[in-house]
Amino acid sequence: MTQQTIAEKILSRAARKRVRAGEIAIVHVDGAMATDATAPLAIQAFHEMGGRRVWDARRVAFVLDHAAPAPNERIANLHAMMRQFARDQGCHFYDVGEGICHQLMVERGHVRPGDLFLGADSHTPTCGALNAFGAGVGSTDLAGILLTGKTWLRVPHSIRIELVGAWPLGVTAKDLALFLVGRVGLEGAHYHCVEFTGEAIEPLRLSQRMTLANMTSEMGAKAGIVAPAGLRLPYDFAPVNADPGAAYARALRFDVSRLTPHVALPHSPDNVVPIARAKGVKINAGFIGSCTNARLDDLQQAAAVLRGRKLAPGVRLLIAPASRAVFNAALRDGTIAALSEAGATFIGAGCGPCVGTHEGVPGNGEVVISSTNRNFQGRMGNPRAQIYLASPAVVAASVLAGEICEPADVVPDASNSLPRMSETPAAPAPTDAIPTL
Amino acid sequence: MNVILGLAHVYDVNDVDTDRIIPGKYTKTLDVRELARHVLEDLDPTFAGRVRPGDVLVFGNNFGCGSSREQAPAAIKAAGVACVVARSFARIFYRNAINIGLPLIELAEAHDIANGHTVRVELQRGEVINCATGRVFRAAPMPAVMVDILRAGGLVNYLKQHGDYVIREI
Ligand code: SF4
Repeated sequence: MTQQTIAEKILSRAARKRVRAGEIAIVHVDGAMATDATAPLAIQAFHEMGGRRVWDARRVAFVLDHAAPAPNERIANLHAMMRQFARDQGCHFYDVGEGICHQLMVERGHVRPGDLFLGADSHTPTCGALNAFGAGVGSTDLAGILLTGKTWLRVPHSIRIELVGAWPLGVTAKDLALFLVGRVGLEGAHYHCVEFTGEAIEPLRLSQRMTLANMTSEMGAKAGIVAPAGLRLPYDFAPVNADPGAAYARALRFDVSRLTPHVALPHSPDNVVPIARAKGVKINAGFIGSCTNARLDDLQQAAAVLRGRKLAPGVRLLIAPASRAVFNAALRDGTIAALSEAGATFIGAGCGPCVGTHEGVPGNGEVVISSTNRNFQGRMGNPRAQIYLASPAVVAASVLAGEICEPADVVPDASNSLPRMSETPAAPAPTDAIPTL
Repeated sequence: MNVILGLAHVYDVNDVDTDRIIPGKYTKTLDVRELARHVLEDLDPTFAGRVRPGDVLVFGNNFGCGSSREQAPAAIKAAGVACVVARSFARIFYRNAINIGLPLIELAEAHDIANGHTVRVELQRGEVINCATGRVFRAAPMPAVMVDILRAGGLVNYLKQHGDYVIREI
């Protein structure tokens, strides 16, 4: 028997038979999700298929996050239609302000290690942080899953990215994700599953693993899975590792100890440079949000830079927490107060300005530094704006200075404000919900 | 539908994106005949006028990259194309094509197929024969369930008929 990659193992279980990369298989789905951007069409197709009941309501979740609260009547009615469908079917439903779909799927335990999870959104690989196989599908696909709990898919070949070395102070998983997208390119992992392994993933907390898995979408990957080493969860799970000698389409190895903060320049997430080459660019606004970087540790990193200080005159900072739970935790520990006192504006948990369909659209010629994952032209709603991508710590330092810079450039006691990747994660909590994400 | 016999239109071009398959400005319509009139317009303005029902398209790598719009395979299907052969397909395009009922086959080597050759495609066996030269090319066989989805005209109809994926042995 040949050795298997993580993707082959998870999909073999889902297919109820041993499958190999390149094969097309019918797979059983462990969970499925759709948002206000994709669920309405999926619900329509579900009805066209003659669907009455979803296959297993407990495994289906709908999230209002992309345009929530509704910016207009049309979207308000789509939201109402989703609410109704979820109520009729008894599915999980996350209303306005609960958070971003990918965050909620991990935080609320919809995905577990070894699962096959499919979502009608392109950043569904985010849940690969949990050692699961998450992939994005279209609305028609999702309708078929709602009806049958199954879908067909091609088992992807995997690319192994081995990460070694110790994390330098001030460098985060976002810097690594940007660096890797720059190296691999927007199509570099096309059709593939990216599997992260190596000693440097061990100290990463779940939040940072999510950042890493999230941006495999920007490499064109079908899924991104982080190996289970160092993953701590409040419940027991069976880790899925690749067999030694499993066949990979490509194997890359990076030493994180030499990494510096990185920035993606307009207008592509793979247009990545070390921060030294972006410093000094004047900015009008910062945004901390999205499924990539709006979790508690991201907000804490920003607060460490901004506490007791004020945004540069004429610069604004918008923050959309990844979920209500993140917002509440940040309220309790004083993070929100520090950020708000520094001049940050909070908007409800959700996608916020990331997708550019409502709040927070930049003006013509304005420059934004953002903790999100995509900076394609027009992404935040205005094709005449310039969007730079960076870690939350770099966004915070930049809004303080009014130009792109890193924390060490603006904060005298920098070593206390710099993000640390190598903290030991908190001890497991007694419940199944995942704490402090 | 299991056996497709058609005239080849060959474009040895890589990375044909969904914008070149059907420009974004035409995708607002729900009328597939309108889509068919503009299919591949930016790549070859004469194609929509020349294509005949049952013809086969042959492309290079990464066909259908770009946006996830379902109108791209829908436009090709509406133009009467019976099958798309390419060295590789963009992932979302591939899924969308099967789900809307456009047959396609991934073939790493099909270099001797030229414009006007008659090709015979047998999806389930993963076989493409260039009838003009007699050469036989092998691809991965298409699983029965996908052939059935294509035969039904797409996923919506397939699930409407069967209510579930039906695994049948070949
Ligand atoms: S936060 Fe941005 S990238 Fe993430 S799901 Fe929402 S719109 Fe997409």
